[in-house]
Amino acid sequence: MAEQEARRHLLSIADLTGADVERILGLAGRMAEVAAAGEKLPTLRGRTVVNLFYESSTRTSTSFELAAKRLSADTLTVRASGSSVDKGESLRDTVETLAAYRPDVIVVRHPAAGAPGIVARASAANVVNAGDGKHQHPTQALLDVYTIGETLGRLEGVQVAIVGDVLHSRVARSLVQALRLVGAHSTLVAPPTLLPRGIESLGCEVSTDIAAVAAADVIYVLRMQRERMAAGEAFIPSLGEYTALYGITPERVRPGQLVMHPGPMNRGIEIDPRVADAPYSLVTEQVRSGLAVRMAVLADLAVDLEAIAAEALVELA
Amino acid sequence: MKLTCRNGRRDSLTLEGRVLAPAQGIDENLRITIEHGVIARLEPALASSLVLAPAFVDPHVHLRTPGREDEETLQSGTEAAAAGGYCAIVAMPNTDPVVDSAIVLEGLVRRAETEAVVPTGFMAAISKGQRGEELTEMAELAGAGAIAFTDDGSPVVSAGLMRRALQYSAVGGRQLAVHCQEPTLSANGHAHEGEIAAELGLGPYPSLAESLMVERDLALAGSEERPLHLMHLSAKESVEALARAQANNVAATGEVTPHHLCRSEDAVRSLDANMKMNPPLRAEDDRQALVQALADGTIAAIATDHAPHAREEKDVPFEEAPFGVTGLETAFAALHTSLVLPGVLSLETLLERMSSGPARVFGIAEPHIELGGEANIAVLDLDAEWTVSEDGFRSRSANSWLLGETLRGRVVKTIADGRVVFAL
Repeated sequence: MAEQEARRHLLSIADLTGADVERILGLAGRMAEVAAAGEKLPTLRGRTVVNLFYESSTRTSTSFELAAKRLSADTLTVRASGSSVDKGESLRDTVETLAAYRPDVIVVRHPAAGAPGIVARASAANVVNAGDGKHQHPTQALLDVYTIGETLGRLEGVQVAIVGDVLHSRVARSLVQALRLVGAHSTLVAPPTLLPRGIESLGCEVSTDIAAVAAADVIYVLRMQRERMAAGEAFIPSLGEYTALYGITPERVRPGQLVMHPGPMNRGIEIDPRVADAPYSLVTEQVRSGLAVRMAVLADLAVDLEAIAAEALVELA
Repeated sequence: MKLTCRNGRRDSLTLEGRVLAPAQGIDENLRITIEHGVIARLEPALASSLVLAPAFVDPHVHLRTPGREDEETLQSGTEAAAAGGYCAIVAMPNTDPVVDSAIVLEGLVRRAETEAVVPTGFMAAISKGQRGEELTEMAELAGAGAIAFTDDGSPVVSAGLMRRALQYSAVGGRQLAVHCQEPTLSANGHAHEGEIAAELGLGPYPSLAESLMVERDLALAGSEERPLHLMHLSAKESVEALARAQANNVAATGEVTPHHLCRSEDAVRSLDANMKMNPPLRAEDDRQALVQALADGTIAAIATDHAPHAREEKDVPFEEAPFGVTGLETAFAALHTSLVLPGVLSLETLLERMSSGPARVFGIAEPHIELGGEANIAVLDLDAEWTVSEDGFRSRSANSWLLGETLRGRVVKTIADGRVVFAL
């Protein structure tokens, strides 16, 4: 049952196997060629992909929308603001309303962990988690792993230092798990107050010393969320001190290292503008990979759907 | 202590089975003849598969009345208690309005006279509105029937007010029962601080948020030489602090819930909102420490902390859901299945901690099976297997942490206050 669930949806990297990741990344390679050529594939023709976004997003929502269109799907984007969600409609009711359009795939972003699971249970569609609370952002992790693999030509044994606000980061959680599945290693580097107790059980090293980034092949910079600095919520004394201690400046990047950031960047806070714009920065490659990987994720679910339908036909016969 | 329920005819019936009353040292096959609610005869009988135990006492129940009668009423909550084998329950005062004045308490007692199926007592608030600022009129509330005082649902944040409450509680002759939570340590906390909360990205609610407050309140109670009851303990550090205080002759008691005894933080991985309660499910070594403390008597009482919530409030993502789960109707079966059958806890200890233990803490008459005594008996079928389902509850709410689970052992009949209040 759980296996079938994992196959029908992409809710968490924790549901995937190394083979799943390999398959999706392989498919992403082919999708990248399609995307580069500006071509469209008929994979999802006649299918409907609904983007259900309860949190603001630019790159993830546009990336999913474009990915669906490149696969010839009909797409529909529903945002929490300006919809009936504003009027207090529950997640389940919204999903049941959308069910009237018979969506084949629902891409959901929500501020609370586990919301995509609720969508999956309330709907017959395949569900893709586009970020839930501080829990998971699986397509981001897959596109990051894909980007690293494409750039370095390998994943096995690659060392990635993930630096910043780990506590509030779904990107960090998904990425650690995804890197582990492909044989890469990660170290979480953060001030002690932004490093949740027990996080090393994800299968990573942890450090509160920025010097730990020196050993990495890739420095992955997390966004410092300014809203985490609200009165009474201040996990660090000031952004200035954070930048001084943990900001990724050119001096902290050793020759040969790559730098990544999931965006949107706070230039001058967690990442120095000179780093963000340096040749060793993979930020634009990440966005480009995002399209290919999301096409791959959607196509992978659709292929599974075909396979399931075919199995059903065989059973009927 | 004064408990209230609907008055009605007393029943006459006979029961046969293995009478197991650990607090009285009884374990024999007997036929119990009840005449007009009173145990009239106890005679030897043949072996039977049923266990006849002193009915249960739950010192911690949320009846949601007044204010949220859609979630529970005195009637539905006490029917749920009856189905769980209880002959006495104590309701918490964190209602709307809060039970912080005699007029509200008297209104509840009057309603219990017509609605409560099982004898029900009420706790009153320590502070007005449970705001932690001013003490309630404890003497007047005690006169109106308050069993004890608690701000349950919220901690008494101010140490100064807590000290004064301990001092003043002597006036009404009632003890305090405390919900220990240091709110700045549990802020935005949704799950036990540890690997699972870290992995799921849930705000951490550390053990320290409980144990630090436990230490504070035990120190205050020791200094004031007043009794103190610690509610729904969840962390091993809290249990250790309680044991130390008891060794130092502080009149401290503790309770633990079935869910904290049977489940650990692993259950939260499902992100099922029915695994969300305050305090949260903790680590496996915490769970084991709770079981051990229950077995050795450090913790005297099992309390369900039955906390009904409307379906629409729990049918949301974990972080958006309110804390609390129901428990009255499943307590015995869950504990029998999880602790007694695997041999972790004896049936005798379980029965004692569900009945005499809590009764003694609050000065409620201990349910005894004795000649001439009022019949308060839970009839248990230890072999019965049943599956907990949403439509099987007497409670108005179904936010059980056991939905879909198959349990072994079931309450098949309950006699409370001399009346058959539940029969399967």
